[in-house]
Amino acid sequence: MPLSWLILVILAIAAIGYVLGRSRALQSANGDARDLHSLPSYYGAYVGMWAVVPASAILIIWLLAQPYFVNGQVLGTLPDSIVAEGSSVGLVMSDVRRVAEGLETAIAQGAVSRAEADTMDVGTTDIREMLGDVGVALGSAVSAEVLTAAQLYRGLNATGSLVMTVLVLLIALGGAAFAWSRSNAQFRARNVVERGVLALLIGAASIAILTTIGIVFALLFNTIEFFRLYPASDFFFGTSWAPSFSGRGGASDLGVLPLLWGTFYISLIALLVAVPVGLFSAIYLSEYASPRVRSIAKPLIEILAGIPTIVYGLFALLTVGPILVSLFGKETVGWMSGGTAVMTAGLVMGIMLIPFVSSLSDDIINAVPQAMRDGSYGLGATQSETIRQVILPAALPGIVGAILLAASRAIGETMIVVLGAGAAARLSLNPFEAMTTITAKIVSQLTGDADFASPEALVAFALGMTLFVLTLGLNIFALYIVRKYREQYD
Amino acid sequence: MNDMRIVERDVKTNEVKIAAKDVQVYYGTNHAIKDVSVDIEDKTVTAFIGPSGCGKSTFLRCINRMNDTIDVCRVEGDIRIDGDDIYDAKVDPVQLRAKVGMVFQKPNPFPKSIYDNVAYGPRIHGLAKNKADLDDIVEQSLRRGAIWNEVKDRLHAPGTGLSGGQQQRLCIARAVATEPEVLLMDEPCSALDPIATAQVEELIDELRKNYSVVIVTHSMQQAARVSQKTAFFHLGNLVEFGETGQIFTNPVDPRTESYITGRIG
Repeated sequence: MPLSWLILVILAIAAIGYVLGRSRALQSANGDARDLHSLPSYYGAYVGMWAVVPASAILIIWLLAQPYFVNGQVLGTLPDSIVAEGSSVGLVMSDVRRVAEGLETAIAQGAVSRAEADTMDVGTTDIREMLGDVGVALGSAVSAEVLTAAQLYRGLNATGSLVMTVLVLLIALGGAAFAWSRSNAQFRARNVVERGVLALLIGAASIAILTTIGIVFALLFNTIEFFRLYPASDFFFGTSWAPSFSGRGGASDLGVLPLLWGTFYISLIALLVAVPVGLFSAIYLSEYASPRVRSIAKPLIEILAGIPTIVYGLFALLTVGPILVSLFGKETVGWMSGGTAVMTAGLVMGIMLIPFVSSLSDDIINAVPQAMRDGSYGLGATQSETIRQVILPAALPGIVGAILLAASRAIGETMIVVLGAGAAARLSLNPFEAMTTITAKIVSQLTGDADFASPEALVAFALGMTLFVLTLGLNIFALYIVRKYREQYD
Repeated sequence: MNDMRIVERDVKTNEVKIAAKDVQVYYGTNHAIKDVSVDIEDKTVTAFIGPSGCGKSTFLRCINRMNDTIDVCRVEGDIRIDGDDIYDAKVDPVQLRAKVGMVFQKPNPFPKSIYDNVAYGPRIHGLAKNKADLDDIVEQSLRRGAIWNEVKDRLHAPGTGLSGGQQQRLCIARAVATEPEVLLMDEPCSALDPIATAQVEELIDELRKNYSVVIVTHSMQQAARVSQKTAFFHLGNLVEFGETGQIFTNPVDPRTESYITGRIG
């Protein structure tokens, strides 16, 4: 039975269990729902839970464990000689898997019968041609050992799937029956379902956390691998970024400082644009604008947040860059030689960040209690005095949080940098020169044709780790600020 | 309530501080205050009583033009302080509010230190010549707010860290610091426990020496305890206005009598 069918059957068992559990509970109370401990639907949900949860747990564990088990068994039967001929165990195993899948396809298409597939041997049948006819192309003729292994592989997998299907269905039925037998008026189904919901919520939260941990470990191992090939001190303190790709040979300079400086410089310019503009527009919207203006202007500003960053990148490349060149280029002051520059990317990124700062700050300013405003107006303060001396200080922790959030977006931004700031890693103070950031370099290092085990490719993980630590630090700092000052009004 | 004590209360007639004539207030189409005319005296505590929604807080907020901050609110009629029309186009509501201080229902200290809370008004209006002068104003105001002894050792601790009663006295001190001539109090004790209420009431009686105090209250006992004049509002109308003792012992209007004896409201 295919997996999707199995899942559907389990769900069907759960649905039937729901109805049966509900009616059994009602029956035990002589049809009067008021005599039940819980509402009838809780009994139904309880039976459904018992049908789905243990069965799917077994299903998941089985699906994860079966390939390991089958691989181990099949490898055991393969003679050492065949592995020596082929370059590695992995390649032989993938041949075995391919043939096994081919046999499966042939059976499904009716080219061979199940029994034939189990008994055919290399002497009597041309396996490669037969599989080619059903659309499975093989690189070379199939050897006797591989065919035997493939037959074993197919057999083991088929048996495994059959046992799994039967076991899972039995567990689903058993679980449903167990829960059904306990569904009576005294049983506290509501509390059990409540605990089930709790477990579900905890599960959802853990997935996010576990994924984060997984990402960190993936980065960490590759980073460690990189530092085995390339000295860490050269990476952290090197002032030159000049990777040489494997095709050309020669040593690479992989110093992170020019990239870090580029990231920092572009983010700084972006924040210099976004923070004042965003904050002032938030103040206007929350304190001065009439409800009508606000209802139109706020969504318009938030549309900015919905524009894909690649579109901002195009805007930087095609509009902002040329304008800046015409203002600061050779014809005028001569500071700028090309359209791609720190200033171009910084300005456009700043525009991208305005809605983040403005929208978050607007919410925070609105959350300052009206009593604060009344208190200040009541003392004869004007609106701007009230905003400057009461509302902004009260909202400051939240605003700082919003700014730091915008900062971590700026640090992680890629497309605008690729299109707006150029690809030259450079340590320079001139904001009209092309520079590049960590994220842009991660892209170029991994999309190049470098060998994946070379330091030139692995450096991407070290860069990713650096970036991760940077933004994590910023986020923790933002949280710290927000927590420290949050209790000031209430 | 000791009625005898109220009857024997010493009543002097002071000069009129606030004169309201035919005041109408509309919230959009809702006519919230109808034809209210009242003369509030200087150096007197005047209490506004009445059931919820009768317009007493709305009328109070007309006196320092706090209703200006509400978009849909419209005030008609004539309110004069010391003979000057406060709704005249020449009057800056911000300046007016410095002259007519206000204390709110819920204590609302700013998220600043105790010192900065009190210094807020004087700083805005430039009342202090230098730091020493400002220190002096803060101390005087906190003393008038009857809270100086409790906070003098922690002037730079946050004002929000005080207890509810202390916060409310801090807010009164903050209002006093701008040297207002009139002090409006919108149910200043409704968020306080009886002990804190007693302290604030004592303070209100003190403040009467220097200011004209108008207090909105839901507690008739409180009105009887702290005020010399009482106004009874009902459904947007000023029903009766007179000596507190007379209102509570011998009301003229049957609605007033029903309210103070607990039959309506």
